[in-house]
Order: sequence, then C-alpha cells, then structure tokens
Amino acid sequence: MHESIGVMPSAPADRPGRNSPVDLARQRQIVAALRCVLPETCILFREEDTRPYECDGLTLYRQIPMAVVLPESEAQVAQILKLCHAMQVPIVPRGAGTGLSGSALPHAGGVLLSMAKFNRILDIDPRSRTATVQPGVRNLAISEAAAVHRLYYAPDPSSQIACTIGGNVAENSGGVHCLKYGLTVHNVMRVRALTVEGEVIEFGGQALDSPGLDLLAVVIGSEGMLAVSTEVTVRLVPLPLQARCIMASFARVTDACHAVAALIAAGIIPAGLEMLDQAAAQLVEPFANAGYDLDAAAVLLCESDGTAEEVSDEIEHMSAVLRAERATRVQVSADEAERLRFWAGRKNAFPAAGRAAPAYYCMDGTIPRRHLAQMLLSIQSMERKYGLRCPNVFHAGDGNLHPLILFDDNDPDSVARAESFGVEILERTVQLGGTISGEHGIGVEKLDQMCTQFDRATLDAFAAVKQAFDPSGLLNPGKVVPTLHRCGEYHGPRARALAAQFPDLPRF
Amino acid sequence: MDAAIANIAAQIHAAAAERQPLRIRAGGSKDFYGNTPRGAVLDPRGIRGIVSYEPTELALAARCGTPLTEIEAALDAHGQMLAFEPPHFGETATIGGCIASGLAGPRRACAGYAYGGVRDFVLGAKLLDGRAQLLSFGGMVMKNVAGYDVSRLLAGSLGILGVIVEVSLKVVPKLKAETTLRFEVTETAALNQLHQWGAQPLPISASAWRENLLFLRLSGSTSAVAAAAARLGGETLGPLDAQRLWRALREHTDAFFAGELPLWRLSLPCSAAPLDGSAAQLIEWGGALRWIRSLRPAAEIRARARVLGGHATLFRGGDRAQGVFMPLACGIAAIHQRLRAQFDPAGIFDAGRLYADFAHADHAR
Repeated sequence: MHESIGVMPSAPADRPGRNSPVDLARQRQIVAALRCVLPETCILFREEDTRPYECDGLTLYRQIPMAVVLPESEAQVAQILKLCHAMQVPIVPRGAGTGLSGSALPHAGGVLLSMAKFNRILDIDPRSRTATVQPGVRNLAISEAAAVHRLYYAPDPSSQIACTIGGNVAENSGGVHCLKYGLTVHNVMRVRALTVEGEVIEFGGQALDSPGLDLLAVVIGSEGMLAVSTEVTVRLVPLPLQARCIMASFARVTDACHAVAALIAAGIIPAGLEMLDQAAAQLVEPFANAGYDLDAAAVLLCESDGTAEEVSDEIEHMSAVLRAERATRVQVSADEAERLRFWAGRKNAFPAAGRAAPAYYCMDGTIPRRHLAQMLLSIQSMERKYGLRCPNVFHAGDGNLHPLILFDDNDPDSVARAESFGVEILERTVQLGGTISGEHGIGVEKLDQMCTQFDRATLDAFAAVKQAFDPSGLLNPGKVVPTLHRCGEYHGPRARALAAQFPDLPRF
Repeated sequence: MDAAIANIAAQIHAAAAERQPLRIRAGGSKDFYGNTPRGAVLDPRGIRGIVSYEPTELALAARCGTPLTEIEAALDAHGQMLAFEPPHFGETATIGGCIASGLAGPRRACAGYAYGGVRDFVLGAKLLDGRAQLLSFGGMVMKNVAGYDVSRLLAGSLGILGVIVEVSLKVVPKLKAETTLRFEVTETAALNQLHQWGAQPLPISASAWRENLLFLRLSGSTSAVAAAAARLGGETLGPLDAQRLWRALREHTDAFFAGELPLWRLSLPCSAAPLDGSAAQLIEWGGALRWIRSLRPAAEIRARARVLGGHATLFRGGDRAQGVFMPLACGIAAIHQRLRAQFDPAGIFDAGRLYADFAHADHAR
C-alpha cells in the first residue's frame, strides 16, 4: 500500500538523486529532435517547468530531467522511444509520481516520459468482467466506472485516489485487501506496451493464459525498466454484498500476533487483517475518533466480506478465535458507518504521524507472519538504541510491515539515526527470512539492501532479464539492480576483496 | 549445495561443456505435453522432499522431485490445498513437473481467494541455470517486490530456462462445504448463464459443460453454499459422484477425453462466442477454456482461436511435428530468445519442447 510520506532522510553523497546539472548543449539537441515528433505543448525543458518532476513520493532523492515529455498517443510514445533509442538517451517513465522508492526519479541526461495524458477508460466489459484502460487512469477511477455493473477492481493501494494503473503495474502494488484478492499481478490480464525500441508488444491477453513464457508476470513489478505500458486490461470482480469489521484489543503484542496466526490456522482468509500497536493507536485516536482501546498493547482490525451468510459465519468464527487468543475486547461493526470509523484510524495513521513529529520515514518489508512478534520487539529495542519513536501500523495478514520512524529533519543527528534505524529494520527483515520490499518497490531507495537479500548470481540474473527486454539499457537505468561495484562499496572491504578475486564476474 | 543438487549441477556443467542437449524429466507423467522431447534425460528426482511447511504462513516449499501426492497429503492433513487444483496425469507426477508445465485444473477460474493459475501461487523458486549456477528468486512471503518476479516466469516454462530445483507456493485453506449442481442447457445458454453468475458474488469454484449438461461446483461456508444452491436451482449431484466428476475432468479420464481424436485446448476470453463446428466440446473455467476433439487442420483451429482473442494448443494426440503451441509474435519471440541466451548460453535445455525453432536457433549459434 502506498502511504503518504513525510520527509525522508537525506541521501548520502555517493547515491544517485542529488541534482546534477543538465548539459545544456545536449538538451538543445534532444529538444530539437523531440520537436520533430511532438507538438510544443507536449515538451517541457525550462527548469521552472521540469522542477515539479524532479522526484516522486520519495522526496529527498531529486534530479531535474533534461526534458519532460507528455505524449498524447501511443504513436507519439513510439516516436519518442525510437528517437531516444537512436540518440542513446535514457527514458524514465512516470505515472502519478506517488511511488515511495524513487522508481520514477529522473535521469540527469534523460527524458522523463509522463503518461499523465493517457487517462481514458477504453472499455468496461461486464460479460468478460474486464476493464481496458490507458495507463494514466487512476486506480480508483476503474472501480468507479465499473460500479454500475456491481463490479470493481480489487487491489486498493491507499494512494488509490491518485495513483495510476500504469504505476500499479510498474510496482505490483498491493493494498489492504490483497490477502484475499491478490496483488496487481493477480488482477492484470494484459499489458500492451512499447519496447525500448518503440515497437508495440502485447504481454498476456484476454484469455487466462498465453503461449510461451509468462512474460506478463515479469513485466508487472518491473518498475518501468522493461517496457512502457500504453494499455492495461484488468480483471473485475463482483462487489461483495456486505462487509463487516471486527476491532479486537490485546493486552500484549505477542497475543495479537498469535491471534493473526490462529485466524489463518482456523482456515479463515479475512478480507483485511491489519494491526496497530499502542503507539500507533494513541497517535491516531485523538483526531480519527475510531474508538480504539488506548490501553491495549495492540489493536487488530479483521474484515469479512461476501454474501450475508458468508459474512455472518465468518464474523462469528473470527470472534471466537480472537477471544480464545486472549483478546481483551472484541467489537463487531454494527453498521457501515461504524465499519468505516474503525478503518478511519488505520487510514489516518500516516497523516497522524506527520503531526506527531517534524518528519517520518515509512519503511516497507515483509516477514513470515510467525516472526511478527519478534520483529516488533526488535523494533522496540531499536527505538531505545536510536532514541527515536517508531509506531507500527501494518498489513498483519500479509506479514507486511510499515514501521514509521519519527524524527526531526532539522537535526542532522536525528536524520542520521533515522536512516540507520531504517537500515537495521531492513537487515532484520532479511535475517527473519523476509524481503526488503513488500509493495513499495526498490527504485533507488533500497539498491544497497538488494546486495544483502540476494547473492551476486541472482542479481546478475535480474540484470540478464533486464538485458533480454532492453538490450540498450536505456529504460529507467540505475534502478532496482545494484552494480557489482555498488554492492562492494556497501559490503565493505570483504566484498571488495572478493570482487578483486573474481575480476571476470560479469558487470551490468 | 547438497549432494543431490550438486549431482544435477555437475550433469548440467558437463552437458554445457559438450553442448549436449538435455531433456529434464522426472516422473514422465507429462511426456505427452509439448513438442516431442529431445536430448539425454536429466532426472532430478534425487532432489526431493518438503523443505518447509508452516500452515499458519499459508506457504509451502518443496524440492522439485517431491511427488505431488505427497504435497497434497501434507496440505490435506492441515485442511489446506493447492488452490490451482493441478492435474497429475499419472501417479508419478512431481511438483517440479507441475510448476514447469504450469497446468491448472477446474478451480483456476473460481471466485474468491483460490482464484488463479499456477504462477499466481508461486512465491519463490530456486533454479539451476545453464551455467549450473544456483539462483534463488522470491521467497516464502506473500508480498515481495524485491527484484523482477522471475519465479512466476518459471511456471509453464517447460524447463527451457533451467532446472527448477525448489519452489515455494502460497497455499490456501480448503473450503468447508462443497456442492455440485447439474443443469440441462445448450452451449449458448450455458455460456450466458455462466457470465451472469460470474458477475455476481456467488461461491462458484468450477464449471464444466458438455453434451448439453452444465455442472457447477459451489465451495465455501456451509450457509453460503446452501444459500447459493437454493437460489440457482438445478439438480444436486451426490458427493461421491461430484468428486468423481471433477477428478475425471481434471485428470482427463472423463469419457470426453477417450479415443484417438486429437485433443485441442483453446484458451479464450471467457466471453468468446460459442465455437462453430461439430467437434465434440468440453467447456471449463466459465467459458475461458474450451477443449475440442477435432481432425481439422491446425492452422484453421489456431486462426479461429486467434480471431476469438485467445490461443490454441494441440494438447494430446495428433501430429506434434507441426508444433503444438501457437506461434509467438515477433517481439515476444525475440525476448524469449534473449532470455534463453542469458539463462542457457550453451543452449542445452530442450527449448524445442516449447518451440522447434528455438532449438534450430541453438544449432545455428
């Protein structure tokens, strides 16, 4: 789920993302070439016009692009790509710019390709239960358009009002309901795209499978590095007839974590299963008035949706499990207003964090559920180590954590501590058998931690995939896959020695 | 690397040095599928066993040679299952072959949390590539966007990128109640009915139509299944008959699959119009999967599938020499070739199983 974000810790000097100056002579060349294929209104290159594109949701990595293009048709995108390919200009695709890992961070010598004008819903087909849309269509707009047929698009990142389906495809976005309804990869059937050379290519289709390798599965979540999508077909599902939510309080965090496991063990897949620890509940309650139990060490929100019969069975079953797992209070939403109030606190956690501290850093990692309690205890001890508060509000059902490190961005020491805190959380995530990103992506933010999670052979395989789709390497370069050199720097002298020992290892 | 994996790695290494083609084959239950296999047999069944299974994690990791029946029994003991209801096509089926063939059964197009094909439930995989390197993609967690999702790419890859040594899968709880209804309807009426039902929140877990009979399986909570069954009407099958029916459809032991006529698998948009022609037909997945028995020329059947927005595979029987899978568009084929060049630079894995011209390209390399 994409959460809104406060101020990020500043990037160290050796990282990408500091504004490098644009080469003006080269810029003149590129803009002149772009004018041959695009109307003047679709090209931005003066600094005051390109400045708004210098970052995405990860705001402390910034770079002014050489030019921004806003094409209006697939043919124009193809021409831009052909031109950039011929001139060896990097291209960075961008949707709404709500991403949190810097996947849409511009390239100093490159063209930023905004797909904002591709905002048309092309077809809603109730018979096949699919929607075909342009990539700049907002996530929520699809569900709104499908509502007349009592259908909707299930993945619901919390930025769904603003984020686009093209960005969701690039990031394989999740949401609150993905335990039951899946991620973007489970709900997108077809992506029409352009290769880096500007050739039309179709991944997937209207059928449930395609001949050959399932390239669609790789394109989804590829952070705009393999192809530029121009049309997306998504699966729609029937709107549930009813939804109800249980709010359960626990005296100990470990009890709440055991309750999560117990629900799953009981054969239940809740529509939503979210946790707030006491710090988070106390943070949001004053202005969300969700009715959270402020004495509880943790609050669980468990949602059931479906037909009236299904919901009533499941609510009863879940309540029994929660009580058996020592819930100190179990409250079932009496009506839709109350259900929404339970969720209001969860959804306001990030704005609330923004008020509680000058800045916050939203982390994203997934761990096996059985380690949730251990992870939360580790974070508590890190709070003491770094002298910073870190409330937790997260997708417990998926084991997807979003620790919110609160810090003061005007105090360099506080910033440094926040960053070390974040790194330690990610490293702990890998130690516990998890992953450094559940849904926010790698972008430029987590390039270093990729070196921890994967061995060199696997990182090289990622680079090989990149090369198979984009032999020129011009599509969103420098993201997701760290170079051998970078991992050497990150892991220090030992790794550098290894790199020297194996000079013939391929570098990408 | 343990001994069993090292043994396979050594064979890959030797084959790569000699440019000796290898055909990855475990139980051989799916020998009939794809183009005629070629190359020396590489049997990875020494790499076996369930590596980890935590029911509360909804995740299971197993090594490639583990029998599918062993995995299903382990899940069953905890009230869980493989959501995609894979066909075994024989007692020797292994999880490696299940993933490599990427074939899903009747539940593929169900409503609710079990929806999806093989790739939708792959969480991670370990692969021995053509350089005999052990690569590890994904992991055991539900949400993971670190790096490209290569593990899902391996589902249905027919081994052309390497030996799938280990796979981790998302597993799901079994549904408590199940009922199968039977309706007497024509093809057109059945398709219309399936589309209407599919757009409603109904606990449909499988559908099959043949010879003017539509079978609908409902799975979910006891009350939800009872309510849906009461609403939809039809005739209720006895539980044993229902179990036999879905198993026979999944394993292709149903009478529809008997005999020597070529069996074609048409994967189409579920809303595709009824197929013209007189071929015997079985429709599954709410209209998205249509099996036909036909001697018509491959080109004609493929053209029809293409017009309808899908693709056709010569699944069993007939002349495999002409290529069983629908030819790829140029751009897609080029990416396949480049992926192969990266993962299998010596071109030893039997890529001809997927497309004969892949193997020819290796020859020319």
